[in-house]
Amino acid sequence: MLRTRSLTFSYDENTSFDFPDLQLESGEKMLLFGESGVGKTTFLHLIAGLLRPNTGSVELKGTMISELPSSQLDRYRGENIGLVFQSPHFVQAINVLENLSLVQYLAKKPQDKKRSIAVLQSLGVADKKFKKPNQLSQGEQQRVSIAMAVINSPQLILADEPTASLDDKNCKRVVDLLKEQAEASNSQLIIITHDQRLRGKFQHTVTL
Amino acid sequence: MNIFKLSIRNMMNRPLSTMMSLILLTLGVGMIALLLNVNKHIQEQMENNIRGIDMVVGAKGSPLQLILSAVYHIDVPTGNIAMQEVEELKRNRYVASTVPLSYGDTFQGYRIVGTDYSYTNLYNAELQEGRLWEHTFEVTIGATVAQNLGLVTGDKFVSSHGFAEGGGLHESNSFKVVGVLSYTNSVLDQLILTATESIWEVHTHEEDNVTEVMSGSEGGDHLEEEHEDPDHSEDREITAMLVKFRSPVGLIQIPRSINEDTNMQAAVPAFEVNRLFGLLGVGVDTINAIALVIMIVSGLSIFISLYSTLKDRQYEMALMRTHGATRLQLVWLIVQEGMLLTLSGFLLGIVFSRIGLWLVSNLMKSNFHYEFNGFSWVAEERWLLVIAACIGFFASLIPSISVYRINISKILSEA
Repeated sequence: MLRTRSLTFSYDENTSFDFPDLQLESGEKMLLFGESGVGKTTFLHLIAGLLRPNTGSVELKGTMISELPSSQLDRYRGENIGLVFQSPHFVQAINVLENLSLVQYLAKKPQDKKRSIAVLQSLGVADKKFKKPNQLSQGEQQRVSIAMAVINSPQLILADEPTASLDDKNCKRVVDLLKEQAEASNSQLIIITHDQRLRGKFQHTVTL
Repeated sequence: MNIFKLSIRNMMNRPLSTMMSLILLTLGVGMIALLLNVNKHIQEQMENNIRGIDMVVGAKGSPLQLILSAVYHIDVPTGNIAMQEVEELKRNRYVASTVPLSYGDTFQGYRIVGTDYSYTNLYNAELQEGRLWEHTFEVTIGATVAQNLGLVTGDKFVSSHGFAEGGGLHESNSFKVVGVLSYTNSVLDQLILTATESIWEVHTHEEDNVTEVMSGSEGGDHLEEEHEDPDHSEDREITAMLVKFRSPVGLIQIPRSINEDTNMQAAVPAFEVNRLFGLLGVGVDTINAIALVIMIVSGLSIFISLYSTLKDRQYEMALMRTHGATRLQLVWLIVQEGMLLTLSGFLLGIVFSRIGLWLVSNLMKSNFHYEFNGFSWVAEERWLLVIAACIGFFASLIPSISVYRINISKILSEA
């Protein structure tokens, strides 16, 4: 269960944000909708513990993320939160399968190759497992980055504009895949976007 | 996959700059290690050979030349000294023991030295086979000579005059090998030892032969071959004499009185060797300084390679952080990349220095009949390891600080 309470954040005196309280039960999915500049990414980073809020709290399954010391925060995030970014990032020196192994290693999970291949298979990119990240097409990269977000079966999957640079066909596929993966590991899913194509596809929609 | 493997993969992912840094480090470490080793071996050889020799007496000339020729047998002699003067010196109350040396002939580049058993005792030489020489024209050969020329007890050979191979042969007399010495790690290994009388006799006979030839045909060029006058025993000469004193007082008084009052020259090996190393030291220091600069440049190249890729790699650093990597893990990743580079550069450098040492040893062997014994670890090489590790550490220090301070949120929202 995810709950945020009266979160505020300011980069400087002129840009400060006030975020609505969210509450999401296990397995629920939510779309956070907002135009550019309303602090969507900031909200997501606050939830993921990448930023510390000025006030308020983030609680995931009984743990106050916003109050964890930073050393524990990295580990907690690695184990419990999967992040998907607008433009996918990888460790460029190693191939797709090794990237997944690295993500398992960093979260102190056993490095299970079968699980990695199964996840790649469910995303339709199992044949790319020995490719270096920069040898993949954009759509393939986005799917591999979803694989990296879900490989450790996190409590919470956060996706930041995952469809912004995709065409209609890939956009629908990515959203469906995210939903599938969230269901497969009974995770909560939050997608933040300004992509109008995603409206109405989720049970909960919050507009910022 | 773990941090260590990842750092290796990262290095392999930028082969050119990795190679550049490795080559520079290998060069720097290799040069310094080679110099350290060559220096150590030469110093050991030199010091081993002057053990028990307080003073060398020979004909007037350069004292360094006298030491190099009489102790190390790598230079030509300064001339001869009269037996009479030598006998006088032997009676001096400060003189504990002496070793007479007569040389000037060679066999296949190895020197034949006329002496007595005090010479083998000086280096504690033991016999590998056969016995020491007893009569004229019997020789006992050093271990290296035996090995390189394939000589064994019972073999006979004819000496040639002078030190250049292919000089005039003393064909009328042949030497017979009666024994082979064990390795002493001293100059003895490179020598062919015989009685002083053998050398005298070679040249006496030769003189006679030359006279005969001259009376028959006018071969004037043979005349220059000999300039000794060995007929009468009171006129006999030797080339040099090694002297050990009873007390340090001798070292203070005798060399001076010899140089001032006699036709002979006295040189103190310890002093001359120090002077030689002092002269070489300038060159060695210069090369060491150049090598150190190369090592520092390699550190700079590692730094540039780590720092310049950091801009491209900040996304993957941020990515790793979001997937649970701690700050320290990322710092460790960067430091490992720097250290791995410098340590492999160090190891490669050591390997290359040993190859170089082997080449130098072979060169010394063919040019001076000098060999290095064994490939050992020089104590200073530990410092080289420390320097290499420091270079790796400092080259990765600034990049790892910026990785430590990385602002994940900012990098990810900029993308």
